[in-house]
Amino acid sequence: MGPSHPSTHGVLRLVLELEGEEVRSCKADIGYLHRGFEKIAENKTWQQFITWTDRMDYLAPASNNVAYVLAVEKLLGLDVPPRCKALRVVLCEMSRISAHLLWLGTHALDLGAATVFFYTFQQREILYDLYEKLTGARLTTSAQRIGGMSRDTPEGWLDEVREFTRQVVPVIDECERLLTRNRIWVERTRDIGVLSAEDAIAFGCTGPVLRGSGVEWDLRKAQPYLGYEQYDFEIPVGTVGDVYDRYLVRMEEMRQSVRIIEQALDNMPEGPINADAPKVVLPPKEKVLTSMEDLIHHFIILTEGIKPPVGEVYHAIEAPKGELGFYIVSDGANSAYRCRIRPAAFVNLQVIEKIAVGQMVPDVVGIIGSLDPVMGEVDR
Amino acid sequence: MGELRVSGAFDSYPGKGEFWDIGPTADRLRQEFPDAVLEVRDFRGERTVVVAREKLFEVLAFLRDDPETDFDFLTDVTAVHWPAREEPFDIVYHLYSMSRNRRLRVKCRVPDPPTVPSVVALWPTANWLERECYDMFGVTFEGHPDLRRILMPEDYEGWPLRKEFPLKC
Repeated sequence: MGPSHPSTHGVLRLVLELEGEEVRSCKADIGYLHRGFEKIAENKTWQQFITWTDRMDYLAPASNNVAYVLAVEKLLGLDVPPRCKALRVVLCEMSRISAHLLWLGTHALDLGAATVFFYTFQQREILYDLYEKLTGARLTTSAQRIGGMSRDTPEGWLDEVREFTRQVVPVIDECERLLTRNRIWVERTRDIGVLSAEDAIAFGCTGPVLRGSGVEWDLRKAQPYLGYEQYDFEIPVGTVGDVYDRYLVRMEEMRQSVRIIEQALDNMPEGPINADAPKVVLPPKEKVLTSMEDLIHHFIILTEGIKPPVGEVYHAIEAPKGELGFYIVSDGANSAYRCRIRPAAFVNLQVIEKIAVGQMVPDVVGIIGSLDPVMGEVDR
Repeated sequence: MGELRVSGAFDSYPGKGEFWDIGPTADRLRQEFPDAVLEVRDFRGERTVVVAREKLFEVLAFLRDDPETDFDFLTDVTAVHWPAREEPFDIVYHLYSMSRNRRLRVKCRVPDPPTVPSVVALWPTANWLERECYDMFGVTFEGHPDLRRILMPEDYEGWPLRKEFPLKC
């Protein structure tokens, strides 16, 4: 099955051994992208690599950016201002909604429910418009910088985000009305691809795949970053660990993301978006033109890049697919000595070799969708 | 609606503000394996324990099974290549304990050609993680049930993440 099968969500190839239509064994054959991001990180400056992270889980580029810059900021021992943290939270949760909407539309389409696809993609268009207004790009939205952000929000942008959150919830509800009690949907997802909580932990699963199996674990709660401990939200968990539970978890997660965004908007701090760290953060353009010291900082940052101290750190965030972590080793140079990306999608996908066994071929389609693999993150 | 529990209070997770195991675990390891712990290093609130290759599997098994450490979750396995060093490979394990909400980094320095015991028997997730490490660095994981390339083609030659491997071929 695959690598160019329409339901394999990218270039995933599954080698299935069948008896009739029943799966006897399943082996995943991955790596058709061959992109080598970790090698590239060793050959780009710390700042230059930010834009590469967009291309991993390309359905949630903003959260990839945030995960990377948080790791580098940890290496530097740098804290960003409250407004930057709140904006990063907004962008991460917008990413989660955007990624889950695409998952929902394509997953439903895989299982024969086409209407949902149109609803979800309409909402994603609004999100892409918002990203475009903030960053100038619709897909590769590298607004993050080490020590802050490239720019503050344009006038009226936060109001537009609020408007989006108001109107997306009824759409999610409508999708649930189309699917959750739909007999065909239920029969194609219930008790399919069951992953027990013990197996989910043993296989290192994270994100909705882990939570769908009933494990209440979310990095935003367990090891909060960006001030997530200040927000009031809940973690949905499944009870069976089947395709249906993973579906329910993601649906509720979108509503919880809306809650988080609304709280961030209600309490959006004023003030700067960049840390006061002239050797790391580019100075404002007007200062470059009027101050010799700022001109020198600007020149050095852009030509040589920054040079973090020697050391190693691991920082992870709760990305839409699960734990996205960066393990970076610095030897004091202007690029990473080693940049290991701990990908949620790669680790989660491994479990398909276990849970697809004993299922029917059409159920494998549902299982793939429920694991939500993005091959750009599987093969960085 | 379907069967869904909704919960998640911050208080239900232990270890507020301190998420790395910088407590007595390293001392316990020194007691249990006197010759195994070569170095303990802290940086930015993170702890790295460097262990001897000969005792690597036993140390990791202990960290998983001991109720006081309970590292039931293997987050990641990777390597770092230091070609100028006598033992040029660091094999790096990121462990996580769900019950204690703590992380720990365990490292092992190995000579070239790099060989370490597989930990698939301890954490099944190590299967793909070790395969990727093998694929990128040429690290042999002894006892791995299916050690072959995972991202690169099967007939590919070379180990892309070693330092001598050029960015452009």
